[in-house]
Amino acid sequence: MKYVIWTMVLILLIAHQDSWNWHDDTLVWGIVPIGLIYHACISLAAGFTWWLATLFIWPKELEANSDPALVNAAEVPVQESN
Amino acid sequence: MEAGMIRLLIIAVYLMLLLMLGFFASRLFTGSKNDYLLASHSIGPFLLLMSIFGTTMTAFALVGSTSEAFKEGIGVYGMLASSSGIIHSLCFFVIGVKVYGFGRKYGYTTQIQFFRDRLESDFVGVLLFPILVALIIPYLLIGVMASGTVIQTMTAGAFANEGMFASENLAFAGGVPPKIGSAVICGVVLIYVFFGGMRGTAWANAFQTIVFMVLGLVTFVLIANKLGGGESLLENLKTISAKVGSDHTTRESMSQSKFFTYLLIPLSVAMFPHLFQHWLTAKSVNSFKLSVVCHPIFIMIVWVPCILLGIWATVPGVFPPALAEKISLNPNMVLPAMVKMKTTPIIGGLLTAGILAAIMSSLDSQFLCIGSMFTNDIVEHYVGKERVSDRAQVWLARTFVVLIVAVVYYLSLLGYKSVFAMGVWCFSGFASLFPIIFAALYWRRLTAAGAVSGILAAAGSWFYLFQKSEYGSIRTYSIDIDLPGVNEFSIMPVVAIFLCTLIAMIVTSLITRPPSDATLAKFFAAEDA
Repeated sequence: MKYVIWTMVLILLIAHQDSWNWHDDTLVWGIVPIGLIYHACISLAAGFTWWLATLFIWPKELEANSDPALVNAAEVPVQESN
Repeated sequence: MEAGMIRLLIIAVYLMLLLMLGFFASRLFTGSKNDYLLASHSIGPFLLLMSIFGTTMTAFALVGSTSEAFKEGIGVYGMLASSSGIIHSLCFFVIGVKVYGFGRKYGYTTQIQFFRDRLESDFVGVLLFPILVALIIPYLLIGVMASGTVIQTMTAGAFANEGMFASENLAFAGGVPPKIGSAVICGVVLIYVFFGGMRGTAWANAFQTIVFMVLGLVTFVLIANKLGGGESLLENLKTISAKVGSDHTTRESMSQSKFFTYLLIPLSVAMFPHLFQHWLTAKSVNSFKLSVVCHPIFIMIVWVPCILLGIWATVPGVFPPALAEKISLNPNMVLPAMVKMKTTPIIGGLLTAGILAAIMSSLDSQFLCIGSMFTNDIVEHYVGKERVSDRAQVWLARTFVVLIVAVVYYLSLLGYKSVFAMGVWCFSGFASLFPIIFAALYWRRLTAAGAVSGILAAAGSWFYLFQKSEYGSIRTYSIDIDLPGVNEFSIMPVVAIFLCTLIAMIVTSLITRPPSDATLAKFFAAEDA
């Protein structure tokens, strides 16, 4: 899954350079220029890709290390001073 | 009541609300430095998302995006917004999460603490501290100057009857002058940061992010409905969009190579010291998930309406001829002028509060962060933790912040014109340091000498190109490369600076002694060897 997600990120970066829309002045629904709606979709696709990343390649070992109960117990209490 | 005065009163009420929020946050302040600077690692997913998003969105997100779209067309979205959606979340994921892990494990508050430890070098901190502070100053300057301009434009006419604040430019006459507006904004942010520390900052950021997102969308619908001259919103949108020229609905006037190389600029978030500190406020590593996923979508929600307003503003007849001429000379007036003309004073006042919210939600984190850097990286490191109490360090941080804000405020009075170009140079500087933080986290072979060479190469090449751009005066400065068979190939200066950093860092690291085994064991898992 790791390779699938990083490939998706790479595809997003390539798709971001949409030279095929460069001179296209089509208005989608008669309102939004195609170049703008295309890039808005890139933003949505980025959100989706990163959602997959949090599901499948999230660093589980850090999750365990940053458990608040464990970390707070290990931390030296801060000495309050006046 | 005069429209400018109504808007001024709404701004005043909004600023009072923020002060109250800071005061309320201060009731939870434990008095410890950890609580003041990192909110005792108590920030959950929603607050983290809102505070990180609010911090990365500056005045540029609302005012600048509209004016840039007015000048350049829809390409601005791809160049600055969709690229940031991909790259910012990438940085949160590959840098932020990992840095958070080390920060919690070894007790870091600032980047310099991490670099000193990872690189086994005191000098790297001495070198980075002035560079990071110097790069934050123009970033602060953008916010301080923009706040003054926005307040003056939106309160124009408030004091016209009293004959106060006269201006040669009638669009500003009777409005609160920038030197007063900027000073008030700095003062309000300083007060709520001082009272509330990081907890107050995170709360204020979340509150302000909601304010500018909601008010931005409401204003967009209200303005859009007034532009076409028809009955329904849909009909109006179609009418106005059909009148926009193809130079603004396409990217025909934009260089493809420049568009591509702009992708490097959002890497700057990986080295923003204030973002580093925000990452460390997270309650757990899972708090990051919402930020990683929603950040690109939030950028879209804020930017798409602004870009549409910017291109619609180019349609002849949207503004009266005299105002259109003024706007063509100063496109930063596009959004304020549309709000004033197409909405009521109350909506105008609320949107001004929204724009100021976007500005202040960046300023607060930066103020807090430079204070943290001063106490942790200079005072505590050189004077000693045991010789300065927590409370004294909090006060030292506050004093240093006031000094830096005074410098920024003074610079804002000089009226530097190319402030947005300055912003791009500032982001280019941070982005050029990306290889250093990335290598520190993922490359075992990075040495202190390699990092120092990289930093010096970044600083040297940045300064060389900055002076070539006549210190930012050439607003669209780029490096033109002659390639056979290619009409135009220009790249952003950040590419050259980035490459200088990367090459210097790799070559020097490879020819110098690797870090000690103890350090490698501390920062890298055994299976990475």
